[in-house]
Amino acid sequence: MALDMEGMMKELRETYASGKTKSYEWRISQLRALLKIADHHDKEITEALRCDLNKPELESFVYEIASMKSSCQLALKQLKRWMKPEKAKTSLTTFPSSGQIVSEPLGVVLVISAWNFPFLLSLDPVIGAITAGNVVVLKPSEIAPATSALLSKLLGEYMDTSAVKVVEGAVDETTALLEQKWDKIFFTGNGKVGRIVLTAAVKHLTPVALELGGKSPVVVDKNINLKVAARRIIAGKWGCNNGQACVSPDYMITTKDYASQLLDVLRSELETFYGKDPLKSEDLSRIVNSNHFLRLTNLLDDEKVSGKIVHGGQRDKTNLKIAPTILLDVPQDSLIMNEEIFGPLLPILTVNKIEDSIDVINAREKPLAAYLFTNDKRIKEEFIRNVSTGGLLVNDTILHVAEHSLPFGGVGESGMGAYHGKFSFDAFSHKKAVLQRSFAGDVPARYPPYTPGKLRFLKALLNGDVVGLIRALIGCPTRLEKEKKSSIRKSKSPLGNPSGQPKQSFGPHGHCYRIQKLMR
Amino acid sequence: MEEISARVGQNFAELRQNFRSGRTRGLVWRKTQLRAILKLVAENEDEIFEALNRDLGKHPVEAYRDEIGVVKKSAEYSLRHIEKWIAPKKGQLPLLLFPSKAEVLPEPLGVVLIFASWNFPISLALDPLIGAISAGNTVVLKPSELAPACTSFLACKIPLYLDNKAIKLVEGGSDVAEKLLELKWDKIFFTGSARVGRIIMSAAAKHLTPVTLELGGKCPIILDSLSGSDLKVAVKRISGGKWGACAGQACIGIDYVIVQRKFAPVLVELLKKCIKTLYGEEVENLKNICRIVNKNHFDRICNLLEDPGVAASIVYGGSFDKQNLFIEPTILLDPPLDAEIMTEEIFGPLLPIITLDEVEESIEFINARPKPLAIYVFTKNKTFKEKLLQETSSGSVIFNDTMIQFICDGLPFGGVGESGFGRYHGKYSFDTFSHEKAVLHRSFFLELEPRHPPWNGFKLEFIRLAYNFDYIGLLQLLLGLRRRFTSRTVH
Repeated sequence: MALDMEGMMKELRETYASGKTKSYEWRISQLRALLKIADHHDKEITEALRCDLNKPELESFVYEIASMKSSCQLALKQLKRWMKPEKAKTSLTTFPSSGQIVSEPLGVVLVISAWNFPFLLSLDPVIGAITAGNVVVLKPSEIAPATSALLSKLLGEYMDTSAVKVVEGAVDETTALLEQKWDKIFFTGNGKVGRIVLTAAVKHLTPVALELGGKSPVVVDKNINLKVAARRIIAGKWGCNNGQACVSPDYMITTKDYASQLLDVLRSELETFYGKDPLKSEDLSRIVNSNHFLRLTNLLDDEKVSGKIVHGGQRDKTNLKIAPTILLDVPQDSLIMNEEIFGPLLPILTVNKIEDSIDVINAREKPLAAYLFTNDKRIKEEFIRNVSTGGLLVNDTILHVAEHSLPFGGVGESGMGAYHGKFSFDAFSHKKAVLQRSFAGDVPARYPPYTPGKLRFLKALLNGDVVGLIRALIGCPTRLEKEKKSSIRKSKSPLGNPSGQPKQSFGPHGHCYRIQKLMR
Repeated sequence: MEEISARVGQNFAELRQNFRSGRTRGLVWRKTQLRAILKLVAENEDEIFEALNRDLGKHPVEAYRDEIGVVKKSAEYSLRHIEKWIAPKKGQLPLLLFPSKAEVLPEPLGVVLIFASWNFPISLALDPLIGAISAGNTVVLKPSELAPACTSFLACKIPLYLDNKAIKLVEGGSDVAEKLLELKWDKIFFTGSARVGRIIMSAAAKHLTPVTLELGGKCPIILDSLSGSDLKVAVKRISGGKWGACAGQACIGIDYVIVQRKFAPVLVELLKKCIKTLYGEEVENLKNICRIVNKNHFDRICNLLEDPGVAASIVYGGSFDKQNLFIEPTILLDPPLDAEIMTEEIFGPLLPIITLDEVEESIEFINARPKPLAIYVFTKNKTFKEKLLQETSSGSVIFNDTMIQFICDGLPFGGVGESGFGRYHGKYSFDTFSHEKAVLHRSFFLELEPRHPPWNGFKLEFIRLAYNFDYIGLLQLLLGLRRRFTSRTVH
């Protein structure tokens, strides 16, 4: 389908220029429409997700539909407050004045989403774009075709199509989209494509939010409730799209003497959750496609790690299923430790002391999330202070993503820009500084002709020195001032003449000379 | 070239190492450095005056107001508030996650690079530096080679006052900048033109480095038909803002004025009078006004006046002193809109006046052009104010004054669209150089079983209610009082 990109952009610009998306009522109506989509079509959505990823219904509900609804509901409830201009403090220097910060929409924005949570990761940013009053184009991932088609259909039916559009497609369509002028690009995906998006954004100086991933570590200390920890790790790793999530625990670090105990509990809990033959379990997502299946099996077939599998390892090529797999003590230079796994494989690294895990993590790129299970306060504090990561969760996994009062986003290689809750609104808003002054209250010191008295006044003003201010106003020089005058008179350039310009360039105007004269 | 590369690389490696060591994270270090900046400007006032006079012919009062004063104010503001800024912010949590604690913890980004520009060579170098230090980063500062006296002043003083192991200044031109841009920074903060901004952004894309671009644009003034003393104040504020801040060579400088057609003659007369009082007459006798930074810029500005249509629209000034790089405050009335003077940022002492039938039409006029860094509006009309706020987009809007937004620490300073992105000043400077780390603490108590597979209808219903925060429903479900499930098939 040849898409009339120019025509679409023109229409969207016109819609934005008409100002309708800026109104509170429009934003609310679109949020309600999104809620309706989730409420009336949850079955279709679940079905599409099953089609694309064999996602269990409960996972689809929890991580996609319910999460999206709760974002909508929060926005509906808070929007009025978010839209209100913020009061800003102004100082004595600009008295009398009042300052405020007005949130205004950025304009026409592009959301490029990912295939692993194809419903949530499409609509959650769209909610942000709409709450902030933007016109938005959504490009869902072609790797989750059923959800992509469903989104295109449902958004077409429920939303204001002059302001909210879905463009389906793959690389060609994305490339064509990236050539257009956007006021913001919001991208969820990997760092490689992230760099392409950033480079494309240069042409129009478009600000970009990149929600990437990375190798998110989970560190397990001893003396903890191991059963609870293991269950929470499993829920985050395999119970959340079978490891295909940007915040999935990627690898685990524990102490040498604790590894076997931890492994035993993980094994038995995995069996409780997914049965003796996990390939048959309906509670696990499959791998999204054969490319990714191949990528993951390559990681397992790397000769450096093939002997390290201590649990799982079963695969079913026809149904694209890989069982929860644990590897123990893989070498740092193995393939699996050098790219984001994004699948159901969990390597465990062992260290002598749990504190050493901090160095292991910091030797790598900054991850999107880091998880720590411990009851030791000191280790907790040290970890929080020293591990740089998008989000950090102590004694659980994944949950921080559901928390609207926390910003969700990466740092370094895990991305830039954050969203969720109010942060989504901010991500799609420009914070316009507005300063109101009255015509009264002009300080003569602002204007030439400049005099020593004016300099004195400015200094007192910036010092917040009321006494000095009064002295300056009544024209009484301070002792310091007198000294300064004499020093200015004496001052000779200590800097040489690096500009290479003849000093006389100021001569005819006598600028330097006049300053000294003025100060006298 | 090799030599530059090696030097830059070595500096970078040292800063990376020193950031890792945690040297810059402590509150004490940050405060010490901020105090050192205060000391640097306080003890070297005269040298700064001298350097600014050499680079730009800046008068000491102007220099104090726009440079030393700004730095002093920013550093003091940071010192006063830094404890509050570095404290973690509490997040609110739903009851369901009880017991847990959420907080947002600001952490330094790492090794950051600051490019300063030549028009306010002291404040635009030290003001972002204050932000980077407050947030606990190690920094490379690259001042502009177009303000050589100020650059060598900073190069000579910064090592004397600030921690050399964490804050380095690199002098040089575009060859050095290029080398710097090859490295993987954790943040690049750039003040300058959109053209170079694009180069910075392309280089940053390679390493996924977040960038703040402080650019400029054509900042308009809309002058409503005022009268009496209000008009006098307005004209004075316009003249002060246009010519009194580096002779119009400022990113938030006034680029052009929009007025109602019939009002233009009055304005021109008043401006002429005001120019004469503030800056004097004839280019040889100008006072209190900066010169143009160099010959290139001088020629660029003079060229703007060469277009015959533009030349014909000059109603005041227009003369220049080529040898000393002075350009007279110049007023133009309705120059052609397709001439370069109205399509490019002027960045000099020329002031076009654009006349429209009604002042309200200015909104459309502004919206037809790239988003400016600032819009200045002199009016007493409340409805117009509201309409303008709603319908135009710019970095900031200032009613009834010019330029002073720059010294308001409570307001974010930064552009939108072609005028840049990212913001700084006050707390925003701290935020610009920080990463907000989301931290959630959980305990091992109270595990909600329905979170975990194997999935069943009960668990789905539980989660459904939980997401609705329907605590009564949840209780009913747990007590078996609620009809479990529903028509849905669950595996």
